[in-house]
Amino acid sequence: MSEQEVKNLEEIFEARIARDEKIEPKDWMPEKYRKTHIRQISQHAHSEIVGMLPEGNWISRAPSLRRKVALLAKVQDEAGHGLYLYSACETLGISRDELYDQLHTGKAKYSSIFNYPTVTWADMGAIGWLVDGAAIINQVPLCSTSYGPYARAMIRVCKEESFHQRQGFEIMLKLANGTPEQKDMAQDALNRWWWPSLMMLGPTDAESVHTAQSMKWKLKRKTNDELRQQFIDQTVPQADLLGLTIPDPDLKWNEETGHYDFGEIDWDEFWQVVKGYGPSNKKRMKDRVGAWEEGAWVRDAAMAYAEKKEKRKNDIKRAI
Amino acid sequence: MINNSTTDTNSLPLGEMSEGQRGNLYNYILGIADNSLILGQRLGELCGHGPSLETDIAETNISLDLFGQVRSYFQYAAQISGDDAATEDTIAFLRLERQYKNVLLVEQPNTDFGYVIVRQFLFDAYHLLFLRELEKSNDQTLLAIAKKSVKEVSYHWRFSSDWIRRLGDGTQESHERVQEAVTDLWMYTDELFHQTEADQAMIAEGVGVDTAALKEIYYKMVSEVLEEATLEVPENKYFHKGGKQGIHSEHMGYILSDMQYMQRTYPNMEW
Ligand SMILES: [Fe+2]
Ligand SMILES: [Fe+2]
Ligand SMILES: [Fe+2]
Repeated sequence: MSEQEVKNLEEIFEARIARDEKIEPKDWMPEKYRKTHIRQISQHAHSEIVGMLPEGNWISRAPSLRRKVALLAKVQDEAGHGLYLYSACETLGISRDELYDQLHTGKAKYSSIFNYPTVTWADMGAIGWLVDGAAIINQVPLCSTSYGPYARAMIRVCKEESFHQRQGFEIMLKLANGTPEQKDMAQDALNRWWWPSLMMLGPTDAESVHTAQSMKWKLKRKTNDELRQQFIDQTVPQADLLGLTIPDPDLKWNEETGHYDFGEIDWDEFWQVVKGYGPSNKKRMKDRVGAWEEGAWVRDAAMAYAEKKEKRKNDIKRAI
Repeated sequence: MINNSTTDTNSLPLGEMSEGQRGNLYNYILGIADNSLILGQRLGELCGHGPSLETDIAETNISLDLFGQVRSYFQYAAQISGDDAATEDTIAFLRLERQYKNVLLVEQPNTDFGYVIVRQFLFDAYHLLFLRELEKSNDQTLLAIAKKSVKEVSYHWRFSSDWIRRLGDGTQESHERVQEAVTDLWMYTDELFHQTEADQAMIAEGVGVDTAALKEIYYKMVSEVLEEATLEVPENKYFHKGGKQGIHSEHMGYILSDMQYMQRTYPNMEW
């Protein structure tokens, strides 16, 4: 294809997106579009499955049968999200094995929030309320993103994430209205998860790359700082309702801007975790890589069995 | 199906049941439910660590089904316990180890995927046969729970027996590994058919399932799949027992210390 032809195709492509048409797997797309989407969708898929680990850590210790069932179902939903997102990513011409390989070798990233440990039951509440809450803020705009399979996956995912957030809030509410020990547990969880949740919405705009292009492709519709502000404005009244204190002495309502002002985020901590040195990075990767390696013989067996079965079927056909 | 015979336990309002009948029914329910409780707990430990996302989701699903069943059984048990303070959670979390009545099979550890599947397979075959009979119980509550559970457990059985075929007739390595698990866990199958006093009393009332009558078909059902999977059916002379009497393996204390952790550390709180 000549340079001019590619340029024409690109113009038609961008015009389609501008008209809010969906791009489908079989459509022509610029290489950069494909690569950017593989990166973002796989990062999202990896976050879902690594995200199963911190909450999975409390399944065997959930305090009641009702909570155990709800937590199991939530972690299972996250596995389902991983599944839809990997499938969406595969439509861009990359295999799931390649994607896993990128995760296991550290080439691909996942949300840094999952590199914090879950140390009490209240963390199950805080994660649902804050982490799923921040995820929703990030993801709702993606329900109308330009790549069809991603947009459709996000619609399903977002519905379930809202349910998770309500469930997390309800865990917190129960603790906040409980005994002094329970209330302390809830406050402690908020203290530990608040700042990482703010960081989860990404580096501040000044430090963030790729934003302009992503805006055009509707992979991003608001900047990280706008999303963060939205999250804070939405969450502060919920903390008030719980009777819990957000661990930020600089947090206060600003009459003029109509938003909450908030304190300085510790970006050094953010980069430390992103670069692989958070409290649980090693453990999370060890769990993922371990499950994958220990499962190799099982996946090989399934493949060998399927091949044998296919061969037997063909042998029978030939015999007839 | 409505049973009109006048001798069934459940045609008596709870208040008219004798102390002995009540106690037997209570113990009978726990005997059924504890198997699902401990197996569900074991499967829950695996969440996020399966060999593939699909098997992970399937195992979590089975765990969820089992805990759902446990809740129905324990809610019923709480009602007939005669103890106003009893709830599904006090029964699940606040007993002593010697009071849990699950078979030894379900408490065996998640050694690897082979053991997980064989444990599931050996239990599912029993569970399915058992529930199909419990569907005919004179006790309307147990009958209703069985009706709902039997659909779930048919799916568990399909999942575990399919995996037995894949692993047995897959690669040399998978064949060896799954054979080892079958050989090791076979020793726990006989206990499935042991009957406690409560079992016998409930069988006599037409409430309980006569498990002795299921034994032959169980071994036939399991052996057929093993043979199809090119695996050897063990021929044991000796079997383990004790779980139903509350004499568990060394694994059980650790299962309970996880499971009971919150309820023991923070007594009398709501979650
Ligand atoms: Fe999710
Ligand atoms: Fe998500
Ligand atoms: Fe979620």
